[in-house]
Amino acid sequence: MKLSTKLLSATAIVGASAVSAAELEVTHWWTSGGEAAAVAEFASAFNATEHTWIDGAIAGSGGTARPIIISRILGGDPMHATQLNHGRQAEELVEAGLMLDLTDVAEAEGWADVVNPSRLLDACTLDGKVYCVPVNIHSPQWLWLSHDAFAKAGVDVPADWFEFVDAAPALRDAGLVPLAMGQQSWQTSLAFGALMVAVGGTDLYIDVLTNKNADAAASEDMTKVWEAYAAARLLSEGSNVNDWNQATNLVITGQAGGQIHGDWAQGEFQVAEQVAGTDYTCLPGLGVNEIIATGGDAFYFPKQDDPAIEAAQKELASLMISQEVQVAFNLKKGSLPIRGDIDLSAANDCMQKGLAILAAGNVLPDGVNSFSADTAGQIDDLTVEFWNDTSISVEDAQARYVDIIASAD
Amino acid sequence: MAVTDTGRMDVGAKRPSRLFKNMTAKIAAIPMIATALVVFIGCTAWTIYHSFTRSRLLPAPDKWTGLQNYDRLWSENRWLVSIENLAIFGSCSLVLSLVIGFILAALLDRKIRFENTIRTIILYPFALSFVVTGLVWQWLLNPDLGLQNVVRSWGWETFTFDPLNNADIVIYGILIAGIWQGSGFVMVLMLAGMRGIDEDVWKASRVEGIPTWKTYIFIVIPMMRPVFVTALVIISAGIIKVYDLVVAQTSGGPGIASEVPAKYVIDKMFGSQNLGLGFAASTMMLLSVLVVLIPWAYLEFGGKKER
Amino acid sequence: MTDATVNALSGPKGPKPKKVFSSTNIIIYGTLFVVCMYYLLPLYVMIVTSLKGMPEIRLGNIFSPPVEVTYEPWVKAWAEACTGINCDGLSRGFWNSVWILIPSVFLSIAIASVNGYALANWKFKGSEVFFTILIFGAFIPYQVMIYPIVILLRESGDGITAFIRIFNSDADNFRLMGSLWGLVIVHTIFGMPILTLLFRNYFTSVPEELFKAARVDGAGFWGIYFRIMLPMSLPIFVVAMILQVTGIWNDFLFGVIYTKPDTYPMTVQLNNIVNSVQGIKEYNVNMAATLLTGLVPLVIYFASGKLFVRGIAAGAVKG
Repeated sequence: MKLSTKLLSATAIVGASAVSAAELEVTHWWTSGGEAAAVAEFASAFNATEHTWIDGAIAGSGGTARPIIISRILGGDPMHATQLNHGRQAEELVEAGLMLDLTDVAEAEGWADVVNPSRLLDACTLDGKVYCVPVNIHSPQWLWLSHDAFAKAGVDVPADWFEFVDAAPALRDAGLVPLAMGQQSWQTSLAFGALMVAVGGTDLYIDVLTNKNADAAASEDMTKVWEAYAAARLLSEGSNVNDWNQATNLVITGQAGGQIHGDWAQGEFQVAEQVAGTDYTCLPGLGVNEIIATGGDAFYFPKQDDPAIEAAQKELASLMISQEVQVAFNLKKGSLPIRGDIDLSAANDCMQKGLAILAAGNVLPDGVNSFSADTAGQIDDLTVEFWNDTSISVEDAQARYVDIIASAD
Repeated sequence: MAVTDTGRMDVGAKRPSRLFKNMTAKIAAIPMIATALVVFIGCTAWTIYHSFTRSRLLPAPDKWTGLQNYDRLWSENRWLVSIENLAIFGSCSLVLSLVIGFILAALLDRKIRFENTIRTIILYPFALSFVVTGLVWQWLLNPDLGLQNVVRSWGWETFTFDPLNNADIVIYGILIAGIWQGSGFVMVLMLAGMRGIDEDVWKASRVEGIPTWKTYIFIVIPMMRPVFVTALVIISAGIIKVYDLVVAQTSGGPGIASEVPAKYVIDKMFGSQNLGLGFAASTMMLLSVLVVLIPWAYLEFGGKKER
Repeated sequence: MTDATVNALSGPKGPKPKKVFSSTNIIIYGTLFVVCMYYLLPLYVMIVTSLKGMPEIRLGNIFSPPVEVTYEPWVKAWAEACTGINCDGLSRGFWNSVWILIPSVFLSIAIASVNGYALANWKFKGSEVFFTILIFGAFIPYQVMIYPIVILLRESGDGITAFIRIFNSDADNFRLMGSLWGLVIVHTIFGMPILTLLFRNYFTSVPEELFKAARVDGAGFWGIYFRIMLPMSLPIFVVAMILQVTGIWNDFLFGVIYTKPDTYPMTVQLNNIVNSVQGIKEYNVNMAATLLTGLVPLVIYFASGKLFVRGIAAGAVKG
C-alpha cells in the first residue's frame, strides 16, 4: 500500500515536470532534399530544448500545402507553428485573431534592430504587432547554369540572360534542353518576375507590382518583357518535368543548360555535392540587373488556448531567429539569413553574391508581399497557360495581364 | 418496387398505434433527417448564398456583391478551359464507356467460356482508386520511359504518343485512364440488363431469322432503355466529380490544359483564398448536375405513373 | 440462365449453337483477348516495374520482365519513402486508412441499415421526403458542400468541447476537424444515400408475414431489427461492407480536406510520395507504393467476386 502511494506520487511529480515540455506540431512544405536538410536544423535545435518538434511536412508546392494549413487553422484544428509566406497571404488570418501575437518576444529580443532588411519584419507586422518570424530571405531572380551542359555544347558559360539566349541554339544542337522549367504554375510565374527585373528594369517592376499601375503593365517596356518571356518558353520545349527540383536536377546532371529559379535551388546543388563556380554558375538578377527581390519564408504561430504551449511557441520563435540557428538553417537551405549580424563566411560563392547584393542594399520588394493570394493565383494561371500554349500571342497575354493588374488587390 | 411500397405503406397506415409506436423509428431516423436537412439542403443553400458575397479567406455573409463572382468566373480563361475539358472528357467518356460497356457485355453474353475470368479482369480496375489509376497511367504515358519509348525501340522511331506533355491532347490521356477504370462497371450494368431480357425474345428473333447483331441493336437496346438511363446518370454524376484522377495524373498540366471544374473549385477556395469565387464555381457545377438530373427524375417519375 | 452446354443441346433456344472454331467465335475470343490485355497491361507494368532496379528501368522497356528481381522498392515504399523529414514510408498511411476505415464502415452501415429499415417497415409522415432528399444529395457535387462542412465540424467540435468541460474543466479541446472522427462522420454522411437505398430495397423485399408475425408477438422497432432483420440480411451487410471498404479506402478528396499530415489516409500519402521528389524519380518505388495502396481493394475484389459485382450492380441498377 505504501509502495503504491509512493509510486503514485512519483509519477505525479514526473507528470508535473513534464507539463512544461510541449510537443509542437510544425507544418511546412519543405520536402526537397536541400529543404528537408534545412528544416532538420530547426527540428534538432528545438529538440535540444525540453520540447519536441513534431514534423508536419506537406509535400508539394506552397500551392498544395497552403490550403491544407489554412483550412486546418480555420477548421479549429490549428497546428502549433507553420510556414507561410508573409505578407498578404496571412493577413485575414491575423485579422480574424487566429494568430499568436509575438510582440513581447520581438521587443524583448530587439528584432526590429537585427532584422535586415527591415521590410521583412514589416511584412510580419499588422497594426504595430508582430505576428510572424521571418526565417530567411529568398530571392527568386536567379539563373542557374550547368557548366557540363555548356561544355557539351562547346560554348562558354554565359554571363547573363542575353548571352544565354544566344547560346541556346548550340545547346539544342547538342541535344540538350536549353532551359529547364517545372510545369507548376508558380514556377512559370517566378520566371516571369525574374525576366521583369532583368529585361524591364527596377522601375517597371516596382510600378507594376507594388503600385499596381495598369498603365505601366500596358507599356512598351512591359511588351518587351512579354516578348522575352515568349522567347524563353520556346527554350524549354522538351523539359517535361513537374517539380522545381526535378528541373534543377536537369541542370545538375547537365541535361539542361540552365534554369530560372530562386536561390533555394542552391540547396539541391549542395546535396548533389556540386561546387559553385566549377560545376555550376549562378547569376542573380539573371546577370543583367544585379538586384534581388527579398521575399522569403516566415513562421506563424496559430493561437492556442494553452499557456504551456504558448510559452513553447514563443520559445520556438526566438530560437528560429537566433544567430546559431539562422546560420545552420540558411547554409543548408541556400537562402540568405534575415539578420546582418552573423558570420556567414562558410557560405559558398552564390550565397556570397547574394550577401553582397544585400549588403549593398540593392533590394526590391517581392511580388508576394503586395498581391493577395487571389491576384497572385490569377498571374500564376496566366503565365503557366502562356508558357505551355505557344498559340497565345504576346498581345493577348499582355492584355490579360493588364486586366489582372487593373483589378488587382 | 413501387407496388411493394404502397402495400407496405397501407399496412402502416392501418396500424392504430402508428403515431406513438413510430416514435422509435423517428428517433432512429434522426441521423438521416439531419443529413438530409443540414448537410444536403443546408450546406448547399449556404454555399449558394455565399457565392453572391465577397468572401475571401473567410466567409463574409454581409458583404453582398450580387453576380460579381459569376462575372469574374466566366471571364477567367482557366474556368473556360475547365468547362471545355469537362465537356470533352464527359461526352467522350460517356459515349465510349456506354459503347465499350455494351459491346463487352454483348460479347460476354454470347455464352462463352471463361466468362467469370474475363469479367473479373475487365472489372478489376474499378476496385482501384483514381489516385492509383492516375499514377499508373502517368507512368505508362511517360514519354521517355513509357509506351512511346517502347514503340520507338521496336523500330518506329518517329512514333509520338505523348499526351501528358502535349496540351492539345492531354485530356485524352486522362480519358484513357478514366475509361480503363470505369468501363468495366458499365459492362456489369449492361450485362445485368441483358441477363434480364427474356429468352423468348431471342427465340422469336431466331424464328424470324434476324442476325444477332441486328437483334442487339434494334431489339435488345430499346429493351434496355432503363439500364442505359441509369448508366448515363451514374456516369455523368461521376464525371462532374472528376478530381483525384487529374490531380494524380497531371495536376492540371501542362499549363492549365487539363484543369477541371472540381479542381478549379478546390484551388480557388483554398489556394487563392477566394471563397466567393469557389462557391460560384461549385454552384455552376451543381447547376450542371441538375440539368442532367431533373429530366431523368422527370422521366423516372413519369415512367412509374404509367406502370 | 442455363449454361452453355444445355443451351447448345436445346437447339433453337438462345443464340445459334456454334462450332468451336467458327469465325464468329474467333472474332469474339480474339476481341476479348485483346480487351483483357488492355485491362491487364497496367497491372502487369506496375508489377514488373516495382521489381526492377532503377538502372534497368532507365535502359529497358517498361514491358520487359525484370532481369534481376529486387524487392528493395517494396521495402522502401512501405517503410522508408520520405515525405519531408518523415521517412517511414506508406506504412503510416496504411494504418491511418485502417483506423479511418473500421469506424467509418461500422458507423455508416449501422446508421444506413437502421435508416433503410425505418424507411421500409416503419414509414412515418415525411419519411419519403427525407429519403428523396437523401437520394438527390448523392448527386450534389462534393465541392458544393465541402466548405460548410468544415465549419460544421469546427462548430460541433467546439460544442462537444464545451459539453465535456461542464464535467471536466481541464479537458483537452475535442476536435472533429482534422481528426480521424471528423473524417468518419464525413464518410458516414456521404455513404448514407447509397447504403440507405441498398438496405431499404432489401428490407422491402423481406416477406411481410415475418414482420407481421413479429408485431403480433409484441416485438418493437429494435426487437424486430435485431432479431429478425439483422440475422436474415447478412448477405446485404456483406455487400454494403464491400462497397464501403473499397469506397472509403479509395477516397482522396475528403482525406485531403479533412485530415492533416499525421492522419493522412494512404491514397493521399501515396500521391505525396509519388509527386514529391528528392533528386530523381524512383519509378520502381512509386509503382510499389501504388500497388501497395491498390492491394487492399484488389484483395477484397478478388476474394469477394460475385458479391462485389452484386454490390455495385445493386447500388446502381435500382437507383
